[in-house]
Amino acid sequence: MAHPLLRIDDLVTAFPREAAEPGGPPLVAAVDGLDLTVGAGQVVGLVGESGCGKSLTALSVLGLVPPPGKVARGSIAFNGEELLTAPAARLRQLRGAEISMIFQEPMTSLNPVFTVGRQVAEAVQAHLAVSAREAWARAEEMLAKVGIPEPARRARAYPHELSGGLRQRVMIAMALALTPRLVMADEPTTALDVTIQAQILGLMRRLQEESGAAFLLISHNLAVVAQMAERVAVMYTGRLVEEAEVGQLFAEPLHPYARGLLACLPARAEKRGQRLPTIPGTVPAPDALPPGCAFSDRCPQRFPRCQEAEPALVEVAPGRKVRCFLHHDRARTRQGLAA
Amino acid sequence: MSQGYQNAEPLLKLEGLAKSFKVGTGFLGSRKRFLKAVDGVDLAVLTGEVLGLVGESGCGKSTLGRLALRLLRPSAGRVFFEGADITDLGRRQLQALRRQMQIVFQDPMTSLNPRLTVGSLLGEPFAIHGKYGRAETGRQVAALLEEVGLRPEHARRYPHQFSGGQRQRIGIARALALRPSLVVADEPVSALDVSIQAQVLNLLMELKERFSLTYLFVAHDLSVVLHLSDRVAVMYLGKIVELAPAAAYTGQGQHPYTQALLAAAPVADPKRRFRPPAIEGDVASPLAPPPGCRFHPRCPERQDICGQQEPPLREVEPGRLCACHFR
Ligand SMILES: Nc1ncnc2c1ncn2[C@@H]1O[C@H](COP(=O)(O)OP(=O)(O)OP(=O)(O)O)[C@@H](O)[C@H]1O
Ligand SMILES: Nc1ncnc2c1ncn2[C@@H]1O[C@H](COP(=O)(O)OP(=O)(O)OP(=O)(O)O)[C@@H](O)[C@H]1O
Ligand SMILES: [Mg+2]
Ligand SMILES: [Mg+2]
Repeated sequence: MAHPLLRIDDLVTAFPREAAEPGGPPLVAAVDGLDLTVGAGQVVGLVGESGCGKSLTALSVLGLVPPPGKVARGSIAFNGEELLTAPAARLRQLRGAEISMIFQEPMTSLNPVFTVGRQVAEAVQAHLAVSAREAWARAEEMLAKVGIPEPARRARAYPHELSGGLRQRVMIAMALALTPRLVMADEPTTALDVTIQAQILGLMRRLQEESGAAFLLISHNLAVVAQMAERVAVMYTGRLVEEAEVGQLFAEPLHPYARGLLACLPARAEKRGQRLPTIPGTVPAPDALPPGCAFSDRCPQRFPRCQEAEPALVEVAPGRKVRCFLHHDRARTRQGLAA
Repeated sequence: MSQGYQNAEPLLKLEGLAKSFKVGTGFLGSRKRFLKAVDGVDLAVLTGEVLGLVGESGCGKSTLGRLALRLLRPSAGRVFFEGADITDLGRRQLQALRRQMQIVFQDPMTSLNPRLTVGSLLGEPFAIHGKYGRAETGRQVAALLEEVGLRPEHARRYPHQFSGGQRQRIGIARALALRPSLVVADEPVSALDVSIQAQVLNLLMELKERFSLTYLFVAHDLSVVLHLSDRVAVMYLGKIVELAPAAAYTGQGQHPYTQALLAAAPVADPKRRFRPPAIEGDVASPLAPPPGCRFHPRCPERQDICGQQEPPLREVEPGRLCACHFR
């Protein structure tokens, strides 16, 4: 069987515990046993609330986990090639050329002292044997492609001279300049106004279709993901709790966390002004998870077993995985009946 | 949301309200220019209603909220509270008024003094207004904490020891301490995760009923504003371009900008796939607003008149105001 473009298996990315008790575990897992697959040309949404490990997942793929954090376990295969043991030079080669990333706040990822044209051109020259002139031409071409008006003039602008929406277009130009096969976009529109967000999402959709690149779209905004992704993975406390085709997830979320997350959106309320359904409590810190299922302390449907053992992520229907005992039992019953 | 606000008297009335900020441009701020953050707003907030205020970043929502509470002095126009003109009140008089009008901010971390315990933070309003003695203040603080879903023992903790949602509850408790009648909520849930956002929105709605509050609710998320407002005002570059009952927006907006906002908001329903954006371009700078209708450079329906004449905000349907030449 052909390799999927990106395959993450049992990934654990951890930080040293701040005040490690003597004899206690020295690491806190911020990403904890994550499995995720992105097929070639697919748009996969990764959603979850703040701190659940979305950004760290992407940074782990790029080999850019901020120290003292590190990948402690697992496998990340890109087109069949293991990245976690790949030499640094090979990772540098892949980054930008094959796998690129778009961050939330372009101001922090663009260099304030260089023109945006130069930054896109340098990204090109870092990977391709082209002259400075050719790289600049490619930069202008990319700026035009992402819909920046007057690209030749704007190429000479510094990041602070551009609006937030234009800066994000520059980031996208840079990310796509080398026609990568995988683009990881981490909250690409979160800092933008809604009309500008719509422009950027439309642009990403168009470029994704034209280039055939796969996108891992990271967002806490369920509506953005509903509009953009084919498959959606829902994270909670460093784990995947559900993965499904987008239509299935939004029509019938199975994991109680995914269900709660969708139910509490004001836009999905049955009546204006109605009390919104809520998930009680707050997300626990990664070093203070309840025993058993990490969601058990907030789950309206928990039963004793949920606090005794952690459920595995199980495929309960074709293409649909859930980490919840409720659905494991149902899947087993269904299989039993079918047998 | 509330019933029975119709026919109510305005609790707050803004007339021709404007605010310009002096800003330096160029090197060393040598050339002083004026930025019109709010530019001629007429608005009435009726007793008992939730008036939602939406618009994109920098359109003047926070400035308008602060002007309404007289936390800022307007450059022009008047502010009336309970029928009384409060535009020119001095510090003393304003302080007395503060009991009745309060604000909840987006990020409680920056509005709560990190060195004070929650007990002192919540006790402060009572102290400033010389309301209670120590023991009674303690009892009141405990009661406030319970009202916003926290526990009395939380009074001993510091703001950083709480989650974002809990800090927002503290911000709300502080605003409610003196039992105000008007609360300006400036993006109170924008920094919160969705599950926490729902908890805080529910709390705001509950408290409104329990204490008969009136809200001016500022946010950039239309779905949030439409959910809990009775009426919604849409702002663009310092001006109100549409004002209508919240229910009227579920069909469609009247103003082309409102329509663009509604079309741009992604919906959490994959069956309704994303359409290409209705409008192009960025919001213009408030330092150099376009002449005529401020939205005209981005408007898909613009005509010559739009760049020449500013459309007034006028009634286009009973109860519905819109500032567009073609409505
Ligand atoms: N440098 C660090 N040191 C210690 N812990 C960290 C560090 N960076 C991240 N973490 C922890 O890892 C967890 C996951 O962080 P991550 O940034 O991946 O979350 P996220 O899902 O992207 O959240 P957000 O939606 O807020 O961006 C968090 O709980 C955070 O506390
Ligand atoms: N003290 C100030 N000095 C100078 N300019 C200011 C000041 N306060 C606000 N402004 C400017 O006034 C305009 C309106 O600002 P305001 O904060 O009211 O907008 P907003 O609608 O609340 O935006 P956001 O959604 O980003 O909070 C902006 O262009 C802002 O930069
Ligand atoms: Mg993140
Ligand atoms: Mg504001």
